[in-house]
Amino acid sequence: MQGTASADGVMPYDLSVNGTKHAVDVDGDIPLLWVLRDTIGLTGTKFGCGIAMCGACTVHVDGQAVRSCVTPVSEAAGKPITTIEAIGDTPEGKRIQQAWLDIDVVQCGYCQSGQIMSATALLAANSQPTDADIDAVMAGNICRCGTYPRIRAAIKQAARG
Amino acid sequence: MSIFDRTNLSVSRRGFLIGASLTGAGLVIGFRPQPVAAQAQPFAPNAFIRIPPEGKISLVMPAVEMGQGIYTAVAMMLAEELEVDLDQVVLEHAPADPKQYANPLLGDQITGGSFSVRGAYEQMRKSGAATRIMLIGAAAREWGVSPDALKAEAGHVVETGGSRKAAYGSLIAAAASEPVPQDVPLKPASSYKVIGKPAHRLDSPEKVNGTAKFGIDARPDGVSYAAIAICPHFNGKLRAVDEKPAMAVKGVSQVVRIDEAVAVVANNTGAARKGLAALSIDWDPGPSAAIAQAELERLMDAAIDGKALPHINEGDVMKAEADNGPVHEFIYRMPILTHSAMEPMNCTVHVRPDSCEVWVGTQIMSRARQAAADVTGLPLEKVVVHNHLLGGGFGRRLDVDGITLATKIAKQVQGPVKVTWSREEDIRHDCYRYLNYSRVTATLGADGLPVSWRHRVIGPSVMARWFPGFTKDGVDLDQMAGAESPYGIPNKQADFARQEAPDGMLTGNWRGVGATRNIPPVECGIDELAGIAGVDPLEYRRKLLSNKPRLLGALNLAAEKAGWSTALPKGKGRGIAVAEDFGSFAAMIAEVTVGDDGKFKTDRIICAVDCGLVINPDTVEAQIQSGVVYGLSAALYGRITVANGAVVEGNFDDAPVARINETPPIEVFIVPSTEAPGGIGEVGTPGVAPALTNAIFAATGTRLRTWPINQNEIRRV
Repeated sequence: MQGTASADGVMPYDLSVNGTKHAVDVDGDIPLLWVLRDTIGLTGTKFGCGIAMCGACTVHVDGQAVRSCVTPVSEAAGKPITTIEAIGDTPEGKRIQQAWLDIDVVQCGYCQSGQIMSATALLAANSQPTDADIDAVMAGNICRCGTYPRIRAAIKQAARG
Repeated sequence: MSIFDRTNLSVSRRGFLIGASLTGAGLVIGFRPQPVAAQAQPFAPNAFIRIPPEGKISLVMPAVEMGQGIYTAVAMMLAEELEVDLDQVVLEHAPADPKQYANPLLGDQITGGSFSVRGAYEQMRKSGAATRIMLIGAAAREWGVSPDALKAEAGHVVETGGSRKAAYGSLIAAAASEPVPQDVPLKPASSYKVIGKPAHRLDSPEKVNGTAKFGIDARPDGVSYAAIAICPHFNGKLRAVDEKPAMAVKGVSQVVRIDEAVAVVANNTGAARKGLAALSIDWDPGPSAAIAQAELERLMDAAIDGKALPHINEGDVMKAEADNGPVHEFIYRMPILTHSAMEPMNCTVHVRPDSCEVWVGTQIMSRARQAAADVTGLPLEKVVVHNHLLGGGFGRRLDVDGITLATKIAKQVQGPVKVTWSREEDIRHDCYRYLNYSRVTATLGADGLPVSWRHRVIGPSVMARWFPGFTKDGVDLDQMAGAESPYGIPNKQADFARQEAPDGMLTGNWRGVGATRNIPPVECGIDELAGIAGVDPLEYRRKLLSNKPRLLGALNLAAEKAGWSTALPKGKGRGIAVAEDFGSFAAMIAEVTVGDDGKFKTDRIICAVDCGLVINPDTVEAQIQSGVVYGLSAALYGRITVANGAVVEGNFDDAPVARINETPPIEVFIVPSTEAPGGIGEVGTPGVAPALTNAIFAATGTRLRTWPINQNEIRRV
C-alpha cells in the first residue's frame, strides 16, 4: 500500500513491522530484507543467499513465512510483518524460542533467526509435526554449523508444549 | 538479561588501558540494562577479568566466537577458579592486542585449528585463581584474619565458620593493592564445580531473539551500504564501467572503482545491489582466462608420479615392497571446496585522514588490523578493529582479503561504508580448499597386515603463504598431518608433491585442516587393505592400533555403540574411519542403505571421541554433530570447478550443502579422560567422507576413491 507523496514525488511505502508503522522511501522492487535491516535497522533478519535458497532471511508476512530477500517491499506494504525481534510475542514463537534455549540449538547463530521463523510458522500450521513434516518445511533453511539434529529435537519439544 | 555488556564500555576500556598501550580497544557486544557508576574503576587484575564495584563481572574473551562455544568454555574455566557462577558474568570481545590476547600455543591472536581451549585451559584457570587469591587477601586484611580462614564462593569472600561475607565488588579497592600472585596453585580436576558439567551456552539468548550482533550487523552512525563485484577471473582487473545505470537507481550515491572490483554505494544494500546489477562491467581477464578444470586436474594427475619432497621415512619401504609384493596402489582425488559460511563476507570501514575504524568478524585480529593499516598507510595504532560474533568461520575468516578490499573501497567513500558480498562473490572469491590428491601404496605380510605404507600427498601449500613457520624444507607440515597413518606399520614413507592452484586463486584453511585432507585417503586405504586381506575392517584396525590407546579406545566405544558385530540386511553397510586431530581422537561409524538404483541414504552416524578433559560436554556433542554435518556436505556435494579462469558455481543452487532432510541421526559418545583437553572444532569433520565410502563398499562392493560421492559410480559388485 502506498502512502503520501514524498518530497521528490515518489510514493513511499507504509510498512507495519512488529506492530510499528514505518514509511520507507525506496523503490518498490527493493527486497524487504534490506529495508528491514538497513532502512529500519532491524538486523535480526539475516542475508544469506539472495535467491531464496537458504532461509536466513525468513520473516512472516500476513502470518506466512516468506523469504524477505526475494520479497519486493511493494508486496509487503500494508500487511502485518513479523520479524525475529517480535516472534516471541506469539505463542508458537515463544515456545520455539524457549525450546531453542533449553536444547542449546545455536552455534554461530547466524541462520537461527530464519530457522526460528520457519519453525514457528510450521508449528502454527501444524501443532504436531512429524519428522517428514519437519523435513519438508525446515529443508528450506540451511545451517552450516550443522545444528539440524537439535533443530529437530527443539521443534518436537516445542510441539509437546 | 543479556550476558553481553555494553554499558560499562568506557569504564572497562579505561581499566584495560592501565596495563597496556593499545588503541584497538575492546568492543563490548550486547547490552546490559543496569548502569555502572560513571566514576567506577573496575578491578582489572589481568587481561581477562574486570570486576566493577557492583553488578556483573566482565570476562574478556581472547578467542572469537564463531559457533564453537568457546565463549562459554573460556567463561567456565575462569569461573571455576574465580569462584563465580556463570550467571554472574558478562562477556566482552578482546581488542586487537596480541601482547595480551595471543593464543599461548600459536603466539598470535588467532582463533582456529582447535587451539582455543588448549591454549586457554591453564591461562584462564590461573587468571581466575590469581584474582580469587587477591580478593581473599584483601578481605583478610580488612577483617584482620588469616586468608586461610576465608574462602571464595559464588562471587563472595566468606569467612569459614564465621558470619562475615563480602561481594567481590566491595573488595576491589583493597584487592588492587594486593600483590599479583605469581605461582598459583590450581584445583585438581576432581574438585571442579563448573568444568566438565553441561552448561547452557552464554550466547544463546541473543542468538535466539535476533539481538546478537555479527559483523554484518554493524551500523555505525552515518553508514552507507555497498554492493561489490570483484573481477571473476583470477588476477583479472577492471577495464571500464559506465556508472550511469547504477547512479540512476534510487538511493545510489556513488560508484567506486578499484583495480580488481566495482562497488556501488547506496543508502541501503538493496539499492546498491540493484545498482550493481544494472552495470555492464568490462573486465580484463588477464593471463588466467584460459584456465579450465580439466587442465587443473591434469596437472594434479601429472604430479602423482612426479617429484616430491621427503617428509617421513621409517624402516625401509623399498626393501619391504621388494620382499613382500604384490604392491597395492590406490589413488584418491578430492575436489576444490568452499567454506560457504552462512554470513557472507562483509566488512564495514571508516577511513578518516588520521585514523581508520573497522567493524568485522575475524578469526585473526592482528592481521585484520594490519590489513587496514597497509591499505590506508596509517600507523597500526591509528587503526581500531571492532570484532564481532562470526556467522561461521571454518577457516574463511582466517584470511583478511575482505578487509583489504573493503578498506580500499572505504578510502573513496565519505563516512563509514559497509561492504557486503553477495553469496556469488563469497563462493567465487573464497580462500579455497584446493584440489588434493593422494597416492597410497602398500604391501601386506603373510598375516595380511601391512608391512609397508607409502603416501604421496599432492596439493598446494597453504602454510607457505599463511604460516611459513609450519613448513620445513619446503614441506607443508599441515598438508602432511596424519599422512603416515596412525597404524603400526614397520616401514613408512610420506612425501609431498606441491601443486599450487592457479595464480590469483586464493587457497586457505578449511575445517579439520590437514587431517581433513589426509584422513580420507588413509582411512579408505586401510579399509581397502583389510578387504584385500579378507579381514573385518574393525578387527584389522584394532590389530594395528595397539600403540594408539586413545584412538583404539574411541574405536572400541564406537563399535560397541554401533552394534558392529550385528548383521545388517542386504543393501546396508557400515563403514569406519578414525581420526586424530588437534589433540583429540575420534572414531566414526557410518551406516548406509544403498538402493538397487545405486542411490544411497545415510541412516546414522556414530562418533566416539576422546578429547581429553571435557570443559562442556554439551559443546562436545554439538561440535561433533557440527563437524559431521560439515563433512557430510563436502562428501555429498562439495565440488567447485573452474572455467575461463573463474569459478563456475555461485550459490546454494549449484554449490549445494547438506540440509536437515539429508542429515541422519548423529550419536555422540565421549570417552572419559583426564588427559589435557584437546580441540573439538575440527575432529568431527575428517572421518565423514571415508566412513561413508567405506560403508558404501560394505553395502555394495564398490570402492569409491573420488569425492564428492558420485552415486552413478555405485554398483553392486
